Amino acid sequence: MTAAIVVEGLEVVFDRFRALKGVSLEVREGESYGLVGESGSGKSTLLRAITGLAPVSSGTITVNGKRLGKSRDRAFYREVQMVFQDPYGSLHPRQTVDRLLQEPLAIHGFADGERRIERALDEVGLGKGFRFRYAHQLSGGQRQRVAIARALILEPSILLLDEPTSALDASVQAEVLNLLEEVRRRRKLTFLMVSHDLAIITHMCERLMVMQNGEAVETLTASQLIGHRVDADYTRNLLRASEGFVRA
Amino acid sequence: MSALLDVEDLRVTFPTRTGLIEAVRGVSFSLGRERLGIVGESGSGKSQTGRAIMGLTPPQARISANKLTFDGIDLLGVSSRQRRALRGNRIAMILQDPKYSLDPVMSIGRQIVETLRTHETVTKAEARERALAMLEAVQIRDPKRVFDLHPHEVSGGMGQRAMIAMMLIAGPEMLIADEPTSALDVTVQLDVLDILDKLVSERGMGLIFISHDLRLVSSFCDRVVVMYAGKVVEQLKASELRHAQHPYTRGLLNCMPRIGFERHPLPVLERKPEWSA
Repeated sequence: MTAAIVVEGLEVVFDRFRALKGVSLEVREGESYGLVGESGSGKSTLLRAITGLAPVSSGTITVNGKRLGKSRDRAFYREVQMVFQDPYGSLHPRQTVDRLLQEPLAIHGFADGERRIERALDEVGLGKGFRFRYAHQLSGGQRQRVAIARALILEPSILLLDEPTSALDASVQAEVLNLLEEVRRRRKLTFLMVSHDLAIITHMCERLMVMQNGEAVETLTASQLIGHRVDADYTRNLLRASEGFVRA
Repeated sequence: MSALLDVEDLRVTFPTRTGLIEAVRGVSFSLGRERLGIVGESGSGKSQTGRAIMGLTPPQARISANKLTFDGIDLLGVSSRQRRALRGNRIAMILQDPKYSLDPVMSIGRQIVETLRTHETVTKAEARERALAMLEAVQIRDPKRVFDLHPHEVSGGMGQRAMIAMMLIAGPEMLIADEPTSALDVTVQLDVLDILDKLVSERGMGLIFISHDLRLVSSFCDRVVVMYAGKVVEQLKASELRHAQHPYTRGLLNCMPRIGFERHPLPVLERKPEWSA
């Protein structure tokens, strides 16, 4: 199996702060890979560095066998799309769903926009009735569905997911996670997913990397994590914390 | 156990351009010197219930209740002046995000001292001593340094500890914590809960813990009130959560992914109109 994403010795520096300190990882084609860690661990920065939203100071990123340079070309964004954490912040408040979905199509010069928009909305379970609504007329879960539709409309092979459900209620979270799993299965997508919630990562991903302070702590398979076969104390702490409060 | 707080048929209504919106629709429960969790999703009215008890409902909203008493005092009947004397002194509230709930232009120490001196006549030196002691009680290692820091100079966990210190310094009998740990990292979350737990049980306070996280609440509280669409759908002991009757409670418990339980797809919650009837 070939690798979809290979990251080697990646460093990201903001002013003097080293957000990523030489992180390496390999995501196989068709795999769902998780990044777990607390705030400031660099997990989101890693995703942003891949899409070109964070300044890379050293290290290499290779996507589908192509080494990325300083800028990303259009072909890259056809292959790699991202879904952000906050559906309230990532959709333009003054554009209709239709307009939001048309933008990527216009940028990439797709002709059959009409059909694609209908299909994308259908795929995320929204239907045509949502096409001419504004973001503020939708619930949080519906907005995240629109964001997923926008990511899927270019038919990418890799989806970067940055805490896609942490702003949603638990019941809506379940619906969105199910939707993501379904589109991954149907389209054979590769996921690179960030979350602070170990339960979500073990549910969605086959392998994962635990991060802390801009460094990789360890790489595990989901079943290793479920079986508590972990080496690092930090991972053990995270596992304990995810079981809820225990009175001393 | 004599009730510290009695709530009977509490209603909070907001006038909007399109008519009246009832955020809280007839909520009843009582609180002793215990830890009570109020759980619900966004829009369930859990926060508005807490705010109504605290007296922080926006002025345009209407509140009614058959009974809303704290230690025998009718909270809806007293003057706003008396209400203000209760607030912060005998009833305190911790909010979700210390970034927004602390005053950004005042040092942490001064904010704590301000709370204390509003409710008690103490000298400046004594207030400072007590504030430092309180910062130590919330396990801040270097209280003297933190005392002079401003909120933006501390981490989220530290800010929330400072908030707890500020709320507990006047020795309240009842504490309302509205999502006190949702903005914090999981490991910090447990530290903060630990501190809260110790202080509440040491001081014999009544605690209302408002949260969207049913599992967290049930591991922390003695009793849980589950709210849906402005109403209480179920009240039960936290230890008996597994035997919850209402389909909403069960659905909420079920739909969360759990480590070691493989369920694909996750069960989703089927909302029934009769739940909110």
